[in-house]
Amino acid sequence: MFYREAGQYKTSYAADQAIFPVLQDRLGLIAILIVAFVVIPLTGNEFLLQAVMIPFLVFTLATIGLNLLTGYTGLLSLGTGAFMGVGAYACYKLATIFPQVNLLVWVVASGFFAAGVGVLFGLPSLRIKGFYLAVATLAAQFFLSWCFIRIPWLYNYNISASIEVPTRTLFGIPVTGPTAAPVTRYLVVLSIVVVMTWLASNLVHGRIGRMWMAVRDMDIAAELIGIKLYRTKLLAFAVSSFYCGVAGAMLAFLWLGAAESESFNINQSFLVLFMVIIGGLGSLTGSFFGALFIWGLPIVLRNAPGAFGLSITAATVEHITFMVVGALIVFFLIVEPNGLARLWQIGKQKLRVWPFPY
Amino acid sequence: MDLLYQIFVDPFVQMGTAPDLLVQTLWEGLVSGVLYALIALGFVLIFKASGVFNFAQGIMVVFAALTLVGLYEKGVPAFLALALTIVVMLGLAVLVERLMLRPLVNQPDIVLFMATFGLTYVLIGLGEIIFGGDPKVMIADQLYLPRGAIDVNMLGGFVSLQKIDIAAAIIASLMVAGLAVVFQKTRIGRALRAVADSHKAALSVGISLEQIWVVVWFAAGIVALATGIMWGARSNVSFALEIVSLKALPVLILGGLTSIPGAIVGGIIIGVGEKLGEFYWGPLLGSGIESWLAYVIALIFLLFRPQGLFGERIIERI
Repeated sequence: MFYREAGQYKTSYAADQAIFPVLQDRLGLIAILIVAFVVIPLTGNEFLLQAVMIPFLVFTLATIGLNLLTGYTGLLSLGTGAFMGVGAYACYKLATIFPQVNLLVWVVASGFFAAGVGVLFGLPSLRIKGFYLAVATLAAQFFLSWCFIRIPWLYNYNISASIEVPTRTLFGIPVTGPTAAPVTRYLVVLSIVVVMTWLASNLVHGRIGRMWMAVRDMDIAAELIGIKLYRTKLLAFAVSSFYCGVAGAMLAFLWLGAAESESFNINQSFLVLFMVIIGGLGSLTGSFFGALFIWGLPIVLRNAPGAFGLSITAATVEHITFMVVGALIVFFLIVEPNGLARLWQIGKQKLRVWPFPY
Repeated sequence: MDLLYQIFVDPFVQMGTAPDLLVQTLWEGLVSGVLYALIALGFVLIFKASGVFNFAQGIMVVFAALTLVGLYEKGVPAFLALALTIVVMLGLAVLVERLMLRPLVNQPDIVLFMATFGLTYVLIGLGEIIFGGDPKVMIADQLYLPRGAIDVNMLGGFVSLQKIDIAAAIIASLMVAGLAVVFQKTRIGRALRAVADSHKAALSVGISLEQIWVVVWFAAGIVALATGIMWGARSNVSFALEIVSLKALPVLILGGLTSIPGAIVGGIIIGVGEKLGEFYWGPLLGSGIESWLAYVIALIFLLFRPQGLFGERIIERI
């Protein structure tokens, strides 16, 4: 009906190569951005911002990071949580050592520390792949988790062994620490995520992205056409860890306001991996869908019994949530193994040819 | 210099001066290695026959143990409870095959891997709802598992061997031997190996994939039950056991994903390496290095043998 591209002629190569070639897609994107930047901050209450939107965006960024590695380059990693932790701890150290520098600089800079660590733990990927590599990245996960507990320097010798985020301001408005309003933090997180998504999109549509995908599809063939495997794989680890690092720094500074080793444990890695796979391997749109689904579903399930007037104890709800999430993961994999991104594509295609079946 | 001495000389001096402590550490490493190997065995079974990296093995261990203890607490005699638990594991295998594996046939590995994550969540939720989250005591006495310790005088000191550990080692060896015989000698074992080689070829010679999968998941369930009983008898039956199963992963890749003896050897290397590392080098780095040492040991081995110690050679073609 309304989703038709008839009459939209492409008169230049640039128009032909556009990421959103259809006008309705571009309008939809603008509408989403307006809702995200204007409507939600104006109308959203604290619960929506603090418990839904901010974590959703933080996890989206981590999901994009892991997707660059697993979805685009085909390297399975279970160390996402630890790389996020590296970002958070690096940001904390930098922010406390140099308090006068703008915090956003440190949030981004902490990504570089995560990238360095990521490259280091990415080295085994030159020798091993598949599930073997996944277990090798577990070494990163557990070693770094151990470091976050055992090296007190990392959390400035706090007695609680956790990092407590100091208050920092941006243009005179507090963005981190206990006094920062959720709206401010939300806008900062949103801006970072939008910019970094745009960068990732350019990256995967360009030469580097094609190199990654060639390595994913068959690394020996990629090597034969002149792609240097070690450079490509390590670059993927670096960029992926950079994204995860920034996401981790945002998790500690802009979402929770505090973090400890437990915030970056193995479960966090699995959670992000769920988001990548449910959303769709090798899709940036899918990263948003995956994060929204995996983060949003338990919230909906937790609040559903109350909405229907049922009284179930919190613990039982928690367990039922577990079961339903697990069952839904299996269900979605059966319905569409390529993830929500593929469902979205199929839906759009159906709309284009509506009312005809094809 | 001092650091180098502490790393390279001092631990060995300690080993030399107190050989009984060394033997004790080695024994403990051996025992935990056998237990890791038991979990890894469940993984290997399923991976060999269906190419699925079954993340749910850990929770299957917990689930089996909880079912056993839960049934006993409801007043079912111990051995009847054991038999009923085996039936439950069979039911689980059938359900998994029907609801999960059959619709997902011919999907990429990572999708199947992911599906077992879903299964893990379902089992965690189900277990918590049915049995509650409290740690339970394994019914070791009722199953005639020995308890207590044997103290052996040797090397100028004495080494204490827990009887339950000896039993665990014996049961593990019996299981491995049994599985090896089944795999090599029986009709169903040959079918299993055929499926492992190629699903399509196996189908074309008339092997029923569905049947094989049920058999394999059931076998993995039995292994899970044995593991659950042994781990449970040493500590408690609780969901914390699930974390232990993560330790089976380095064991698994160290031995090679497709090798049953590899799981045992890998388990022993990891177990012994971990205990020795923790005991002799641990104080140097601050304690708790047990949490990551296993993975690093596996990583070092993998750098030299990417397919694990006993895994099938990975041959890639264009």
